[in-house]
Amino acid sequence: MLGSGILKGLGVTAKNFVGSYHDPARMVTEEYPDTPARLPEAYRNFPFLVTENATDPMGTLRCVACQICEKECPPQCIYIEKSKDKKPDATGKPQLYPAVFAIDTAVCMSCQICVEVCPFDAIKMDHVFAVAATNRFEGLLLNREQLAKPNSYFQQIRPAEAGEVDTRLAAERSAAEEKARAAAAAKAAAPKPAAPAATPAPKPAEGGATP
Amino acid sequence: MNLETLPLQVRDWIVGRFPDALQWLVHHLLSITAILTVFGLFFAFTTIAERKLLARLQNRLGPNRSGLPWFRSLKLWGLTQPFADAIKAITKEDVVPAAADKVLHFLAPVVIVAFSLLGFAVLPFGRHLIPVELDAAILYFFAAGTATELAIFMAGWGSRNKYSLLAAMRALAQLISYELPLILSVVPVVMIVGTLSTQEMVLAQGGWTWGVLPHWHVFTPWGFAGFLIFLVAALAESNRSPFDLPEAESEIIAGHLTEYSGFKYALFFMAEYFGLTALSGLGVTLFLGGWQAPCAFLEFIPSWLWFMGKLASMIVFFIWIRGTLLRLRIDQLTRLSWKFLVPLALLNLGNAAFWALTPGWTGPLALARWAVSAAIIIVPFFLLGRRLSAGYAPRTYRYAA
Repeated sequence: MLGSGILKGLGVTAKNFVGSYHDPARMVTEEYPDTPARLPEAYRNFPFLVTENATDPMGTLRCVACQICEKECPPQCIYIEKSKDKKPDATGKPQLYPAVFAIDTAVCMSCQICVEVCPFDAIKMDHVFAVAATNRFEGLLLNREQLAKPNSYFQQIRPAEAGEVDTRLAAERSAAEEKARAAAAAKAAAPKPAAPAATPAPKPAEGGATP
Repeated sequence: MNLETLPLQVRDWIVGRFPDALQWLVHHLLSITAILTVFGLFFAFTTIAERKLLARLQNRLGPNRSGLPWFRSLKLWGLTQPFADAIKAITKEDVVPAAADKVLHFLAPVVIVAFSLLGFAVLPFGRHLIPVELDAAILYFFAAGTATELAIFMAGWGSRNKYSLLAAMRALAQLISYELPLILSVVPVVMIVGTLSTQEMVLAQGGWTWGVLPHWHVFTPWGFAGFLIFLVAALAESNRSPFDLPEAESEIIAGHLTEYSGFKYALFFMAEYFGLTALSGLGVTLFLGGWQAPCAFLEFIPSWLWFMGKLASMIVFFIWIRGTLLRLRIDQLTRLSWKFLVPLALLNLGNAAFWALTPGWTGPLALARWAVSAAIIIVPFFLLGRRLSAGYAPRTYRYAA
């Protein structure tokens, strides 16, 4: 019938009108400056350095200043200076740490290659997007204090990846502890005859399940 | 204190403060001021209501950020948006093309607003509220309304831009095409009531059956058909979607308004909304019982509130239509007018004649009267509809789901 399509269309828009007041699924508008933007987990912009502990960010950087990211960075925006002394890293091993770690965000292209190559899960992509500075040289050159963000922040912005990294690091840490304990036990047993040397073997299997 | 006559009391009180020689002038100036103020504000809030409603019809939020200048925390749901828009339009640069006919280019927006306001003079806003009680009110209304077409051509010609001129010609083609069904849909009311006075037309729709069923013209077969034709023609006359192709922002960059900027552009919009409001007011007056209450027990509400309520619901309906339908092509537009609306409106004229000749058919014959009157309009609607949409509808969409 002539006009039935118009009535059907009016019905659709009327449904939209009523639905937009009580059905949140219809209302997809985000009032961005008033409510924080909801970004997808895989969103990435500018890297940051992961620290274990929010209260002591510089003491617990995961970065060991291996400089792989500095060498891989396509636009060469990372600058690292190694420390002279050593500190225990995430797995408890004594490691170097970056005395200077700077990223020029004016140059960074957020390609994520530094994250891909990092063997220590120390550098990850951030969710920041509303960044601005009044000085394009010093203002956009971020030092390690500005780059360091705690692991809890990482868990908040990328729960899936952070959980996976955390379980892996915990497993490595407990394996290292087991190894150290076994080495200590072996050292303690060394003056004596080699009889108890077989006992440490089953221990890593138990230890892996505990964390 | 009587709410029904409150506006009149206020007017008489103010008029009484002036010397006798000036009273007639003050009397008319007050009517003009009242219309300008009420419908100026009505226009302002129509724009925000339109943007909000359109947004909701499309699952969006609409403008909700403009608040008050010094009270930033008060957002007021963005209701102050029209005033912000007005300030923006006033402060914008007024660009006039170097080759333009300066006089016509300046006059067009002024003339269009002036003519679109003239229609309000004869609308009965309440039982005692009518600015000018004219015997030939309908004639005057359409004469004033049609003069806006002149202003559109002035805008197109005065811009000295071939696109503006072409667009003005297209706009004229549309407006003249739809002038015919618009007036033909009004003629039956004139036939039945036997007068051109708007106030008497409203009075003719007074009274209720059993106190609840109003005797509005829209509740008769010829009145319903006439109202629908009037709605479509009014949409086209006021350049509203789906007939907004004279402007067609997305396609031809506002047509005859291409060379207008700043407040002149805003004036054209104002005229468009004034025209829409005046036509809606006429539709309310002719078909929806004007200021009459829908039920006898609701008569305690002042009549001018009823009128404004009906007017607002007409506007909301037009906004709803705008949020739903797509823009037509110029050939579809004129086809709809000449091949469908005009024949139907002519048939409706005969229908009204039949209705006017058979007021004596009472009892069981009243049913026959209704059946014959309904058949006169419904059968041609189906036949014409089927014949015209053969080969066009229902459309199949090959690439759209």
